Amino acid sequence: MSSKAVVPVSAPLDWQYAPSRESTGIVALKERYGLFIDGKFRAPLSKKYFPTINPATEEELAEVPEAGAQDVNRAVVAARRAFDEDWGSLPGKERAKYLFRIARMVQERSRELAVLETMDGGKPIREARDVDLPLVAAHFFYYAGWADKLEYAFPGLHPEPLGVAGQVIPWNFPLMMLAWKLAPALAAGNTVVLKPAETTPLSALHFAELASEAGLPPGVVNIITGAGATGGALVAHPGVDKVAFTGSTSVGKLIRSQLAGSGKRLTLELGGKAAHVIFEDAPLDQAIEGVINGIFFNQGHVCCAGSRLFVQESIHDRFVDKLKRRLSTLRVGDPLDKNTDVGAINSAEQLARITELVEAGQLEGAEIYQPECVLPRNGFWFVPTLFTGVSQSHRIAQEEIFGPVLSIMSFRTPEEAVEKANNTPYGLSAGVWTQKGSRILWMADQLKAGVVWANTYNKFDPSSPFGGYKESGFGREGGRHGLLPYLKGIGL
Amino acid sequence: MALPATAERTSLLPGRINTATLGSYLRSVSTVDEVGVNERVAALSTRSIKKDSKLAALELAVSMMDLTTLEGKDTPGKIAQMCSKAMRPDPVDPSVPSVAAVCIYPAMVPHAIEAVRGSRVKVASVATYFPSGQVDTKLKIEETRRVVELGVDEVDMVIDRGAFLSGQYFKVFDEIRKVKEVCGGAVKLKVILETGELGSLDDVRRTSMLAMSAGADTIKTSTGKVQPAATLPVTLVMLEAIRDFYSATGVQVGMKPAGGIRTSKEAIRFLVVLNETLGSGWMTPDWFRFGASTLLNDVLMQIRWLKTGRYQSADYFTKD
Repeated sequence: MSSKAVVPVSAPLDWQYAPSRESTGIVALKERYGLFIDGKFRAPLSKKYFPTINPATEEELAEVPEAGAQDVNRAVVAARRAFDEDWGSLPGKERAKYLFRIARMVQERSRELAVLETMDGGKPIREARDVDLPLVAAHFFYYAGWADKLEYAFPGLHPEPLGVAGQVIPWNFPLMMLAWKLAPALAAGNTVVLKPAETTPLSALHFAELASEAGLPPGVVNIITGAGATGGALVAHPGVDKVAFTGSTSVGKLIRSQLAGSGKRLTLELGGKAAHVIFEDAPLDQAIEGVINGIFFNQGHVCCAGSRLFVQESIHDRFVDKLKRRLSTLRVGDPLDKNTDVGAINSAEQLARITELVEAGQLEGAEIYQPECVLPRNGFWFVPTLFTGVSQSHRIAQEEIFGPVLSIMSFRTPEEAVEKANNTPYGLSAGVWTQKGSRILWMADQLKAGVVWANTYNKFDPSSPFGGYKESGFGREGGRHGLLPYLKGIGL
Repeated sequence: MALPATAERTSLLPGRINTATLGSYLRSVSTVDEVGVNERVAALSTRSIKKDSKLAALELAVSMMDLTTLEGKDTPGKIAQMCSKAMRPDPVDPSVPSVAAVCIYPAMVPHAIEAVRGSRVKVASVATYFPSGQVDTKLKIEETRRVVELGVDEVDMVIDRGAFLSGQYFKVFDEIRKVKEVCGGAVKLKVILETGELGSLDDVRRTSMLAMSAGADTIKTSTGKVQPAATLPVTLVMLEAIRDFYSATGVQVGMKPAGGIRTSKEAIRFLVVLNETLGSGWMTPDWFRFGASTLLNDVLMQIRWLKTGRYQSADYFTKD
């Protein structure tokens, strides 16, 4: 006889959440933007513009300038003048005031900026609101605190700014990457020409407006928009003293060879293929959340995404079952809906790359799993995807997909986990899940990755240095280390 | 008639059940990372539930409520009033469902049975010397037998936390098993873990597995007499234990957070956690209950607002 409850079962509720859409009314979009050079928005000398679209709807949001060589020159000249005449000799405590003011203004306008970030980039509003914007403000606050303490940070080394920094940032975290680049550069006393990615230029331009309202002297921050050619002209400009680039490894290699012998300082934060290692004694349900967050956060458009999952063989099947079940509860769709977990793919180009690699995974014999999922008709979308039965030799285990695709492999011993985890040209991040403290320390020591998370994943803090090994780049952003690339005479 | 824990329920346990074997089983139960649990709960708490989905949730919450009074000053009159509220929570709006059950002390059982006769409201009695359970097993069985004979639909028992914390796992297991034997198949047994006295989420998960293996139809967080009571993190951990137990044994077990849930907003968060952890199969009063005394009126207030567009003061909702 069963001891189950014998009361009649009342019909369970199939509970659907009503759409809860964040209003876009708070964002005042312009039809056409200018280049922010020397404190003003200016029409490009190139006279060229290109559209930026909402990847969730494919609707055009605005036109932005495509800065040509003359525009780049103008921006660099403005930055140089601002450095020479103003910012470079401003006392640290004065620079700090501006940074604190910017941080507070970001907080005040965070709702507007979060909505804009979601509209232009496709990320869920929940993430833009709860992750991106708080980190943007935190980064400015943090480096504001360093601005007048550089002598204490590097005692006896007489830290001095380099001059003009040329910064090129990616489309996955547009405003957050802007903050990671601008805050330390400005805190150290440099002036900046920054180029946002061509698919996500808007939040940087709205930030320019904010910086101007904050009273930042003209030329200290210049924002120029454009595609690869604009970025190329910026990093090649002889008036730039320091180049900071976050983006793909292939472009990073190009920049490095271009800059060889130029005397310019360089930091690169490039691709990744992070190993996420789950031991059999891990807290499994929380590890599942960590894995989900590791690969589906921001549609997997994350350089440190945990895209290679290594599960200890003894729990492999159970863990994969749990993962599949969890995958089916992810809410994919309208990024502006506050309940959306996975938003739109950033561009048609990126969608094509993800599709190509997923097809390659199937052709090479890995087993694909995708939950049932109704996708919107317009826009760029990709269903959250798992691959099991993946081998190290498969392309999906080697190449960065930069999308919501997880490759799952198994291991038997800690040594094997380390060997496989390190068997990649990349080395940005890694994750370890185990209850055993000594094993965490041993793994962190063995893994060739700039960041190792233990029993968590994708945690960021301005005080924690972030950066890679091998083809994931060099230089660190965040923390005291993040100041080094922007100071003269202090080696990396 | 002895009704042992069924084969499916004990299928996760070692062949010979004693304190040593139960101990090694419990140590093999997957551990819990508290930081991760808190993060998951915080993320789910940002779900934005509006309009129709909010109304559906609030009406479901009413139908899942175990309206509770467990006080030394309870009287037949108080019970009669609470039962009246349980059957018809909002006299102005008959479309609001009745609550699932009233939850009371054993001495009040005859009065409650009398008061809810003919309605769908069930009578649940606490037993096993609630809330401390600090008596001999024999007395606990006896008290359970007494309320079952009086005709209750459901029994809310407490586990022996002292025994669990001192490693006497078999004593805890055996008491639950024996109480379930007395309940039989017809009376639902809810097992209170009193998570506020357990000290770690690992032990919340272990006691959940132990209670389900021993025969609990529903596992319940708290007596309401110890703080903290029903928190979202504890509830998530118990729901995850229920999910693992179900996928390993095929036996479905219910959940009841009790104590400290006072607002509609909180209730909806519990339902979101339930919905996204166990799915729609548990979104019914048969598998989920709220143990609460003051939550009901706040939910009624919100329901009326959703239906009429107006907020009314607390004076427009009966206090029984």
